[in-house]
Amino acid sequence: MSQKVLDALTTAHAAAIERTESQHGDEIAWVKRDQLVAVATWLKNDPAMAFDAPVFCTCIDRLDWRPLGVAPSQHWSEDKPRFEVCYQLRSSKHRHRVRLKIAVPEHDARLPSLAGLWPAFDWQERETFDMYGIKFEGHPDLRRIYLYEEFVGYPLRKDYPKEKRQPLVRRDDLTRSTSSVGKEK
Amino acid sequence: MGVEITTTRLSDAALWAKAAKQSKLDQVTNWGRKFSLFSYPFVTACCGMEFMSVAAPKYDLARFGAEFPRFSPRQSDLLMVVGTITEKQGPALKRVYDQMAEPKWVIAFGVCASTGGFYQNYHAMPGCDQVIPVDVYIPGCPPRPEQVLDALIMLMDRIQAGRGHSQLAIKREQIIASAAQDEG
Repeated sequence: MSQKVLDALTTAHAAAIERTESQHGDEIAWVKRDQLVAVATWLKNDPAMAFDAPVFCTCIDRLDWRPLGVAPSQHWSEDKPRFEVCYQLRSSKHRHRVRLKIAVPEHDARLPSLAGLWPAFDWQERETFDMYGIKFEGHPDLRRIYLYEEFVGYPLRKDYPKEKRQPLVRRDDLTRSTSSVGKEK
Repeated sequence: MGVEITTTRLSDAALWAKAAKQSKLDQVTNWGRKFSLFSYPFVTACCGMEFMSVAAPKYDLARFGAEFPRFSPRQSDLLMVVGTITEKQGPALKRVYDQMAEPKWVIAFGVCASTGGFYQNYHAMPGCDQVIPVDVYIPGCPPRPEQVLDALIMLMDRIQAGRGHSQLAIKREQIIASAAQDEG
């Protein structure tokens, strides 16, 4: 649908694009991490692109993922990136859209922030940080957005234990006052 | 025909009181309390729609005296926890409960408030009784209005018998205080 965007992108930033693909009517460009801000700035400011509407930013954890066409014995290994960060962009002027994907390895989970270009990504990147622990460098205020500050870990990572609870208050705190009355006697 | 609500008469209140070894004053006080419950709806999720149905004229919670939802915990004595409680909400729920005047009662409305329901993950509290003492649990996702009315009648029985959590706590304090007075 928006193949012309991918074509323009690969022409203008050939060195920054790892590969492109199309899936279910969406065009996806895999961008190199250190070139992301340059590519995004160009997508926003170039009059033929004019991506003025940020749609979403999220992350995919490929911990136990086997890519299509890969033999079952070959797992997603450590040297291959574990996380994919997605940015979906849309142009209300030209009515086309594109999805940027950036591969982020587990041992070095950081990414340049796009909140400076599109302020709407500010909270979205905070949510991605909250749930997946991706550090967005250059973000104005990278704190947890949904969870409380006491929370340890990143719950939407696939290796976070399903039944792990991190309570703020528990019944034990409540009975302490009454049980201490009994002990005084 | 129909379900007989035995505890709506003051004469039956005397039977309850005899079983619970209550004084005449306690009988009358508890009888008054159970017909003048002021509820605080702590509504967090979809069960709230069913709560509206119970409170609306068709099922009409007002028939049992729990007429008037108050949106200040200071003015209410029945906390209805309606919907999923997250771990982040725990301190807020506890604070609301602590601000209510004693004696006070709690109904966990629906499976999420009772046990966490179908949530089993990092954010959902496995039942609001992790944080506050609950008198009556109502299962259902969401519960039928009849279940809520049944639970309310159960709670009224409990109030008449003086078996609510906060009533028992007050009684315990009174016993401790009088024992200390006897020693002194």
